[in-house]
Amino acid sequence: MINMFAYNIPFVSIFMLMIAAIITPLLPKRNRLPEKLSCYVIGIIAILSAYLLYVLTSSGQSLSFNFPMGHFPAPWGNELRAGPLEAVLALVFCIAMLLSLTGNFSSTAEDIAPNRRQIFCVLVNLLTASLLALTYTNDLFTAYVFIEINTIAACAIVAVKEGPETVRAALRYLVMSLVGSGLVMIAICLLYDLTGHLLMQNMHGAIQVLVTTKSYMMPLTVSLALITAGLAIKSALYPFASWLPDAHGSSTNASSAILSGLVLKGHIFTIIKIFYRVFGLEVIHLLRMDTVIFILGLLAMIMGSVHALKQTNVKRMIAWSSVAQVGYIFLGVGLNTTAGVAAACLHIIVHACIKPMLFTAAGGLSNAAGHKKGLHALMGTFYVNRWAGMGLIVGAFSMMGIPGFAGFASKLSLMMASFDHSVVVWSLAALAISSVLNALYYVPAVIVVLTHNKDAQKNFTAPAPTRSYKISMFIFLALNFYLGLFCMPLLRLITRGVNVL
Amino acid sequence: MNEELKAIWRSLFDWVMGNGPRPENEVIPPEPPPDLPFTLKPKDKYSRFHEATLKERYSQWVEIHGLHIFSIVYSGLSVLTCVVVVSLLLATVAELPPFGDEKNPANNEVIRRYVEHGGHETGAQNIVAGLILDYRAFDTFGESAVLFTAAVSVLMILGASRRNKQDNELSPNVNEDGKNFLQRGPPIKTFRKDDAILRGVATLSIPVILMMGCVVVINGHLSPGGGFSGGAILSTALILAANAYGFERVHDFFNERTFIVSSSTALMIYALSKGYSFFTGANHLHSIIPKGTIGNILSGGLILPLNICVGLIVAGTLYGFYALFSEGDM
Repeated sequence: MINMFAYNIPFVSIFMLMIAAIITPLLPKRNRLPEKLSCYVIGIIAILSAYLLYVLTSSGQSLSFNFPMGHFPAPWGNELRAGPLEAVLALVFCIAMLLSLTGNFSSTAEDIAPNRRQIFCVLVNLLTASLLALTYTNDLFTAYVFIEINTIAACAIVAVKEGPETVRAALRYLVMSLVGSGLVMIAICLLYDLTGHLLMQNMHGAIQVLVTTKSYMMPLTVSLALITAGLAIKSALYPFASWLPDAHGSSTNASSAILSGLVLKGHIFTIIKIFYRVFGLEVIHLLRMDTVIFILGLLAMIMGSVHALKQTNVKRMIAWSSVAQVGYIFLGVGLNTTAGVAAACLHIIVHACIKPMLFTAAGGLSNAAGHKKGLHALMGTFYVNRWAGMGLIVGAFSMMGIPGFAGFASKLSLMMASFDHSVVVWSLAALAISSVLNALYYVPAVIVVLTHNKDAQKNFTAPAPTRSYKISMFIFLALNFYLGLFCMPLLRLITRGVNVL
Repeated sequence: MNEELKAIWRSLFDWVMGNGPRPENEVIPPEPPPDLPFTLKPKDKYSRFHEATLKERYSQWVEIHGLHIFSIVYSGLSVLTCVVVVSLLLATVAELPPFGDEKNPANNEVIRRYVEHGGHETGAQNIVAGLILDYRAFDTFGESAVLFTAAVSVLMILGASRRNKQDNELSPNVNEDGKNFLQRGPPIKTFRKDDAILRGVATLSIPVILMMGCVVVINGHLSPGGGFSGGAILSTALILAANAYGFERVHDFFNERTFIVSSSTALMIYALSKGYSFFTGANHLHSIIPKGTIGNILSGGLILPLNICVGLIVAGTLYGFYALFSEGDM
């Protein structure tokens, strides 16, 4: 079975991050100690998660276990649950978070006033802890509590950079997010009233009984609709995504990378867990929620790219592209099959690796152009900061789905998953159109960056990229090629994880 | 070959920049559009005259009538959405299991164990305290962390920007005038120093309120109350003191540093002690924390110290919100 050390890893990772967050305000501010503490703690947790993943999958079959939080077993106390999928997501979240922090070390120092940096680190630690708790929790109310922490910390890391745009963006984000929280809260109350449980497996059993006896179907449908809508607002599914470009486009680069790559994914994974563990795929199909999610996913794939085409600011363009990518994930969830959910999880991982890289690269390029963010101002910046240029080019190719790059792997698996389904024409058409649209806005950006511009290049006075920037970008690029070339073992692992979810 | 590649590249580049076909020898003056803030759109280039006038006329029309039409549509849609959601929720509530019925799904083995065995399993006479601080202590830890997160965020956004200005530090976010964006007006609440009635009442009532708050916090495991409600009572004493004697007087013994240290320490004690309890519980180890006899003041295992921690966090956070939102500092 599982050894004692691996058994405690989910609990230890959450508590280490919480304790790091709590102790950070008491630390001295010298030598950027708080940032280093965050990086070290997140790095250690990444190693622990990798070990947990190894233990859970090395024996050939996929193991999963429950971890009671305290002396009381599950329906009475809280519980964590870890399987291969949770472990791999925790690993990816930690790596992406660490690279977003180290890659943007210098731009964080420029954008954030010194007396705010300490609290920024507190918020980053809390955000990571809440993401891990959302990944591991087996209790719907615990999930809600950590969604709240996630919401507040995410809004605050938008506002951490001073300026009118960030304050406005953070307020918009806060209002939309709180509407989402309210809907989730109402839905959890309704579900508790109908099932009498908060533990996911017990809720599942009670819901199966309700569905077979055909009782309370209307409140059940409403609660499913509310919880999906609430989490969809938080994960920026298209009609509810109006807050995203402002929040992700105006904040500092590290915040944009974290928000786009990770914060959305925590909520999406919560939706997947609610569909899989609480309701079950048959009930979701019976209540028609899979069709709704599928159609909204299709809409997001097209509309996100159309909006991105109109942008002249590189960060806002990348932010709108996130809306399209969230659409891909929801397309996989809306297929409502194991293969579809596995493809969606693969896309979560791929996007969590590419989007922070794109934001880091865009930050490096606009820094090279003298803090200008307009696409035209970036002309020729590739020759100033080649690491950032490489990041943008590889990220763009990956988003378009060129074979060999990470985005291709997840798009391919989404297509393969949709072949088993009756909606295959729709999803293939949407994937094709969306890929072309992606190319329409990413190729010009790549061309602009690669074009020599003698006059402007003389004025570029940006310092050379720091060592931490180069190392982070190198790891991002390596991850991207790894995911693009060797995605099949990962996809098999995710499928096994989905089966024991 | 090389020339052809260059020509293809140039045509691709022209297509990207929207320049259109042009004579080979013509030199296009480099005219990068001004780098406006993203709220303003850069001026469009029109290839044909009539297109430009049409677009201009359209944008003028939008400029004159757009806001009006938008606000009508927006308010109409929001009212419609609210009505739909409210009626949907009311219809759902009508369908729910009747309140207080014995056969409700919520009356199951979970509730039964809390009610029947809650006392001797947690050592707390107050079942709710046993429930939130022992059975489901992880959720309550999360809730305390929510308060901590919110307080720290507000402190950062409202508190730090003011001190920035004093430091006279040139961060990249200052305007051309060198001024910070977040200009602070006069305090919202003007405090009158000569309010004798308020002072008299405050002098009499603050000790009573403090006593009441401490009783509610410390007896949290014996009687209704606990950290959240007791902390709220304690914070009212602080707010009353600030209103009667001025924020400066409260600032002498409860300032930002005190708040951060007390909240962090309280949450740290919560995390470490409960982390120990979770660890021993999950690994089936023996825990050294005694439960005590039900009804004694020293009973309930960790519930009493946890209540005190939660009380400190809640009191500090509520006072902090009040001070930060009314004075901009604490």
